[in-house]
Amino acid sequence: MTLTDLPTPTFGGGYDGQAQPRMGFFTDTSICIGCKACEVACKEWNLVPQDGPLRLTGDSYDNTGALGASTWRHVAFIEQAKPVQAPDVDLAAAAAAASGAVADAPQAREGMRWLMSSDVCKHCTSAACLEVCPTGALFRTEFGTVVVQQDICNGCGYCVPACPFGVIERREGDGRVFKCTLCYDRLKDGMEPACAHACPTKSIQFGPLEELRERADTRVGALHRAGFGDARLYLRDEDDGIGGGGAFFLLLDEPEVYGLPPNPVSTTRDVPTVWRAAAVAAGVVVTAVVTAVVGGRR
Amino acid sequence: MSSNGRRRRRDRGQMVPEAEFRSYYGRPIIKEPAWTIEVPWYFFTGGMAGASAPFAVAARLTGNHPLARGALTVAGAGVAVSVPLLISDLGRPERFHHMLRVFKPTSPMSMGSWALAAMGPAAVGAAVSDRFGILPGLGRVAEVVSGVIGPSLCTYTAALVADTAVPVWHEARRELPLVFAGSALASAGAASTLLTPAADAGPARRLAVVGAAVELGAVAAMERRLGELGEPYHQGPAGRYARLARGCTALGAATVAVAGTRRRWAAVAGSGLLLAGSALERLAVYKAGFQSARDPKYVVKPQRASLEAAGQTPT
Repeated sequence: MTLTDLPTPTFGGGYDGQAQPRMGFFTDTSICIGCKACEVACKEWNLVPQDGPLRLTGDSYDNTGALGASTWRHVAFIEQAKPVQAPDVDLAAAAAAASGAVADAPQAREGMRWLMSSDVCKHCTSAACLEVCPTGALFRTEFGTVVVQQDICNGCGYCVPACPFGVIERREGDGRVFKCTLCYDRLKDGMEPACAHACPTKSIQFGPLEELRERADTRVGALHRAGFGDARLYLRDEDDGIGGGGAFFLLLDEPEVYGLPPNPVSTTRDVPTVWRAAAVAAGVVVTAVVTAVVGGRR
Repeated sequence: MSSNGRRRRRDRGQMVPEAEFRSYYGRPIIKEPAWTIEVPWYFFTGGMAGASAPFAVAARLTGNHPLARGALTVAGAGVAVSVPLLISDLGRPERFHHMLRVFKPTSPMSMGSWALAAMGPAAVGAAVSDRFGILPGLGRVAEVVSGVIGPSLCTYTAALVADTAVPVWHEARRELPLVFAGSALASAGAASTLLTPAADAGPARRLAVVGAAVELGAVAAMERRLGELGEPYHQGPAGRYARLARGCTALGAATVAVAGTRRRWAAVAGSGLLLAGSALERLAVYKAGFQSARDPKYVVKPQRASLEAAGQTPT
């Protein structure tokens, strides 16, 4: 094995005939209504404990904050002073017409835009958390998802700063790391994950990744035709820095607006460079030692 | 936490106009490491032990047995301290042996665990054998084994932090191992200077000075590479540690180089400064990582720049 072969096989290896089609999430944020049913369903099904004392952040309706050890779905709320691309129905005009009053110039196209998005573990194709895990606790399932084996994790915490999305975290008082399992237990029984099941608008869609990608392409095309030029797919393509997400998103603004990195790269892509630099530096240690000793006794 | 972060950014924005970047209420994008203060201290003790082991072998080969004994003591003691430091940092210390379930080249922590698992018994065994004259033959074998593994123990810790999404660590991946190598050499030379009779400690003093030079040079190269991203090294706790580290290292090296040969007190004082400088440098690197993880600008701005460089439209 050469250094350049180092990154671990991403999917398909190890399961032979047992491997299932790769499953994932397509989160279409354009139809998220911010109900947080996904957050609740996830907590309920997975018995995820409370993530700290109740507090109000003052950041729109987001009092969850961020993904973490005890938050595996997080709904972000972004308020923007931006003209809203309102539907064809002009409510003000319609109401005015109904009451018989003279309609003013419609105001509906000005004001505030409210973005909502349910964030989750991306189940990366090149999953840094999995690749740096020194115990093998993090593994790739037969569905191509990334899961922590809680009986193996020893809480070394290496996956925490390795994740380019800040998803995985060590749980205070427990010592191990936790994150979304894409409801591995439910998948094993042929059920969809709790969050997708609870989502009332189908903003969270679950299914075979290939199928979801096709659906997403259709959807983003339809949005573009409808005038939503901002719509874009995030982590859909396999040629990005993480080899594409098992969970990917349709966003209406730049990723960083939602708290997502604009161009995430799995750190293990650079592992050959890292090891080469470490080897050269080890060579410097040896050279320095030899130089110091052969210089004489005094 | 989140609203404070936002407020902080707004205040700063009013005083100093920063290059534009967008974020979600100023919240961090990546997580700060879960590690505790044991970790940078392990970087220090492990590095010192790692450089001392080959130094002991080299001293032995040139017939300088007092120096070999001093260096071997540092190696054995350093490793003996390192293992409990690492285990106590785990969230589940009783599961420390899970580190040896897999052998994983994509995980510097896995490789380091194996190196430490081999180095620990070898270095401690060699030091005990040498000091008490127990099983001298086996002791010499252990000495060579630890001498072979030692250099990797000095630099894999840099690979470990570089192999993360933390901007100030990852973007310094080419220089950070050399920073750690220099720091390890300086501390190993300084510690052996303290533990070896002055007449035999010449190579230790030289090692300390050479190590300090490597460390200071590598730090300068790292800062050049990081550019704007290296800001945490000039701010907050990381900035304070970094300035202190450089001062101690430079002053310690100068003291040892100028007066260390003739004056024992100078060698001792200089070595003390070099040990402090080495430890402070690890603390600076460690703290800088946390500071750079906390602020989304260190994540967003370089990633935006890389997208623009690639000529891609935002995803």
